[in-house]
Amino acid sequence: MIRFENVSKVYARGARPALDQVSVDVERGEFVFLVGASGSGKSTFLSLVLREQRPTRGRVYVAGRDVANLSGWRVPTLRRQLGVVFQDFRLLQNKTVHENVAFALQVIGKPRHVIRDTVPEVLDMVGLAGKEKRMPTELSGGEQQRAAIARAIVNRPQILLADEPTGNLDPTTSLGIMRLLDRINRTGTTVVMATHDDEIVNEMRRRVVELSDGVVVRDEASGGYGEREAILPDVGSSPVLDAPGTGTRLPAAPTVRGS
Amino acid sequence: MRFQFVLGEVFSGLRRNTTMVVAVVLVTFVSLTFVGAGALLQAQIGKLKDDWYDKVEVSVFLCPQGKSAAPSCAGGEATDQQVEALREVIRTELSGEVSTVWFESKAQAFEAFEERYPDGYQGTQLTEADMQASLRLKLTDAEQVAVVSDVLSGRDGVEIVEDQRAVFEPLFRTLNVATLLAAGLAGVMLLAAVLLITTTIRLSAVSRRKETEIMRLVGASNLFIQLPFLLEGALAAVLGSLLAGGGLWLAVRFMVTDWLERSVDWVAYVSEVDVLRIAPLLVVVAVALAALSSFFTLNRYTRI
Repeated sequence: MIRFENVSKVYARGARPALDQVSVDVERGEFVFLVGASGSGKSTFLSLVLREQRPTRGRVYVAGRDVANLSGWRVPTLRRQLGVVFQDFRLLQNKTVHENVAFALQVIGKPRHVIRDTVPEVLDMVGLAGKEKRMPTELSGGEQQRAAIARAIVNRPQILLADEPTGNLDPTTSLGIMRLLDRINRTGTTVVMATHDDEIVNEMRRRVVELSDGVVVRDEASGGYGEREAILPDVGSSPVLDAPGTGTRLPAAPTVRGS
Repeated sequence: MRFQFVLGEVFSGLRRNTTMVVAVVLVTFVSLTFVGAGALLQAQIGKLKDDWYDKVEVSVFLCPQGKSAAPSCAGGEATDQQVEALREVIRTELSGEVSTVWFESKAQAFEAFEERYPDGYQGTQLTEADMQASLRLKLTDAEQVAVVSDVLSGRDGVEIVEDQRAVFEPLFRTLNVATLLAAGLAGVMLLAAVLLITTTIRLSAVSRRKETEIMRLVGASNLFIQLPFLLEGALAAVLGSLLAGGGLWLAVRFMVTDWLERSVDWVAYVSEVDVLRIAPLLVVVAVALAALSSFFTLNRYTRI
């Protein structure tokens, strides 16, 4: 469903690559966690799938398409098969929940009767039945994320990309969101989720791909989050924070990097 | 569905940016008024010229049927022999000055007259018999008008030798300068209009960044994302052009038709019909302006 073949992405000439020779294969219907520190390349990975970026080298296939060589006017067709969810929900504040979800169908030209039928169905599925007329500000964080997920899946995408969907939510609410994503996954949708949330990863026991400095350092079929300290180094005692992307690391900086 | 949705987006965009949109309307209004005024001035020049004006320097009007004040016309209407004699004079004595000679018969003169004044001239009904045959001369050197005039004036069958340019040229020069002035101002204002439309579209795009971001992600087509912005700019510009057309119409109606035509009535003036002829042109210019500005802005601000 998603296939990365030796993909490298360099944003600025001479800088350290955001992704370096990454090869990953995600099967149809899989649920994959993408873990790693900030700057490890998770977001680049997702934006390559969405074709917001093109790889510097290598090939990216999404739903059978060679995304890197996709011409501009075909990009919308690709994105109609993808759903995206973000940490900050990105709901339109001046529209109700129903309008927010309907918006995704309106702008790709779906007929009105389709919208009338599908939107309540999806809102019901994500557990927002009865809250269609609320504005995003009148919802809790978890409910807002459910609305955002409803918007992402209302066009029945084959793949759902989630960029730290639980990053702004408390553990209990996060669990609810994860149950929802799991349910969506069980209907056959491939889910790729970038996250920092070790509890969730450890509990779900799904495939885990760990990125570090743009390199895949681990790919486990039903893995845990891994050692938290290894992925998110505790730099409390260190006077120097390494800035991701600069490529120059002070040799004096103590790195706890291992595994 | 799509159409309604796009229209909704357009109007919400216009509402959000009311002040900018009003500015665009006014600037296109003023700039296109200048464009239209220039075009009307040129149309006025066209009305003052007859068909011969650009071709010949000297017109030799032959004696008409009936009475004429000129002593050389005592013998009545110019005969064929007299015309032939005149041609002979031009061939021999003026061979160095005159390059081409055309003969306009009364019938041809009447045809040209009817074309120029389809509604009659100052309320009179003229017939072919009232027309005057003429010889139209193109000179090798436009400066030699006086020589030609001296040789031909007062000969039998010649009523008057006329150099229309001497009369009209200063007026045309004034009108042309006025046209240039209008065109210059129009150019500056059009530039302002383009910049303003560009800014308006940019503001509109920024204020709707979240919407366009979502549209991109859910796979809306480029055209669908950009269309509301395009239409917004175009709508404002077209509104300005319509105002310009209306303003010109009022100006011609009250200043030319109702006032000038009554005080100086021997000249053919531009009329409301000419304004209606120019108005579509103004709308086209407005749409082109908006398209041009959109082209430069949109690809930068709403890229896929």
